[in-house]
Amino acid sequence: MSEETGSETADSVKFPGARRPDRRRRVEHAGVSLSVAEWGDPQADPVVVAHGGFDFAETLNVFAPMIADAGWRVVSWDQRGHGDSDRTALYSWDADLRDAVAVIDSVSPGPLPLIGHSKGGSLLMYLAGAMPSRVSALVNLDGLPSWGRMSDVADRERSRSLRRELSSWLEHRRTLVGKERKPGSIDDLARRRGRMNPRLSQEWLRYLVTVGAVHSEDGWRWKIDPTMRLGGFGPFQPEWALQHLPGLAVPFLGVLGLEDELMGWGTRPEHVGGFLPPDHRFETLEGVGHFVHIEQPRRVADLVCDFLS
Amino acid sequence: MSDRRTTWIQHNRVRLALHELQPGAAASFRPLLLLHGLGESTPTSLPTGLSWPGPVLGLDFTGHGESTVPTGGGYTAEILVADADAVISRIGSVTIVGRGLGAYIGLLVTGARPELVRGLALSDGAGLVGGGTEPGSASIVYPEPGRHASPDPYALVELSRDPRPESYVQNFMDFILDGSDLAEPVNIHTALHPPWIEALLGGPGVSRDPLPVALQRFAGIS
Repeated sequence: MSEETGSETADSVKFPGARRPDRRRRVEHAGVSLSVAEWGDPQADPVVVAHGGFDFAETLNVFAPMIADAGWRVVSWDQRGHGDSDRTALYSWDADLRDAVAVIDSVSPGPLPLIGHSKGGSLLMYLAGAMPSRVSALVNLDGLPSWGRMSDVADRERSRSLRRELSSWLEHRRTLVGKERKPGSIDDLARRRGRMNPRLSQEWLRYLVTVGAVHSEDGWRWKIDPTMRLGGFGPFQPEWALQHLPGLAVPFLGVLGLEDELMGWGTRPEHVGGFLPPDHRFETLEGVGHFVHIEQPRRVADLVCDFLS
Repeated sequence: MSDRRTTWIQHNRVRLALHELQPGAAASFRPLLLLHGLGESTPTSLPTGLSWPGPVLGLDFTGHGESTVPTGGGYTAEILVADADAVISRIGSVTIVGRGLGAYIGLLVTGARPELVRGLALSDGAGLVGGGTEPGSASIVYPEPGRHASPDPYALVELSRDPRPESYVQNFMDFILDGSDLAEPVNIHTALHPPWIEALLGGPGVSRDPLPVALQRFAGIS
């Protein structure tokens, strides 16, 4: 299939330092097929990386090769509904956890270092609490929740915000049958994603389109399941995600970008200080937003490699 | 099998079964909607002692009864709320009797659509308690392998451990009180009072009549 859009082809869009996975394979679990990406020497010690919500494994195309070039076999996967993994009828925390375990099982039965960004960071923090024997070290990239922001909000306002979210989520559910992502040019998709990622360059976002979208006759479409939606409502309370951190028995590296932005959680160091496990390193990055490993891949990869060594 | 009439409602990738247990035109009298408990399905005939002057319908939740059993689990109480909302968007105003998990879902959907749910009765049933008010120790749950029949084993494990904080439930009760013009839109006649129900008892808008009495009252509401 041709991937041309006007004069532009996927091959013509490059990003400095970006390297597509060296290998792709699939893990089947509970009838769901997950697409796994790997960088680096297949015989090297493995490290597993979990992407954040609305991302996909190839958002690691700069960061992961840096870790691989430091001597690691880097394994990540498209979470269900994202990238090249199956779209499902249901999505949940429990389902994502089982999928993560299936991928980890496909790498090694023994303990491994785990790295997670954003929601992927929270997911792995929980997994480390549930399966401590499978984790040798844990890295959390701007995936530590904050309840500081919410505790400043009056109960009444919190209730109004839940109500708004509830209504808009149910309206969204009513429109899903046959829903497709809107097609567009590489620039269109990059611009749209730029609203979610205002701190990331157009050059990077244009590159992401070529690895995270598919092209058909009427243009490019992001691969992510069109029925997925940011937000949603539920009983989840941010401090729940932190409750497994203090008891973590393996080394922990937390990296926090201090620039607040839409996809970030507004977490400040003082929100998490009391929850850090005994063996921890905690780095805050001034002038860096939520996507620490994309904004400053070299700096964050160096931190991670130094920590893992 | 029964000869009940079934209509189908598409909710995203799931086809929901809506069974008619007592015929009647929704246009002439507001339907009574039954929401079953965890691992149950709509009964094949009208439950004994349940009396309603209009149509009586029962929804099979996702993964239950004749509704689609999706692949790979991923259940949340909130997705079942959207199941019930899909029914309301099709048939309009209803009165709801919810059993167990269906009682909890009934409360949430009434909070979401307080003008359209004209009376909610909460009954004992499977899945009434849920996972308590906050998550317990971390665990990753797997159903018994090799079973994919309805009810979905993933539903059974995932929906028996969903946290139901009192503050969350209270928010929905507030939405009901704000949006409903009924003095007592919620009736609780359960023998069990898990924390999420305890949070409602004694508060405004809640009656504690036997089910037949509550239904008679709801039937008298326009």
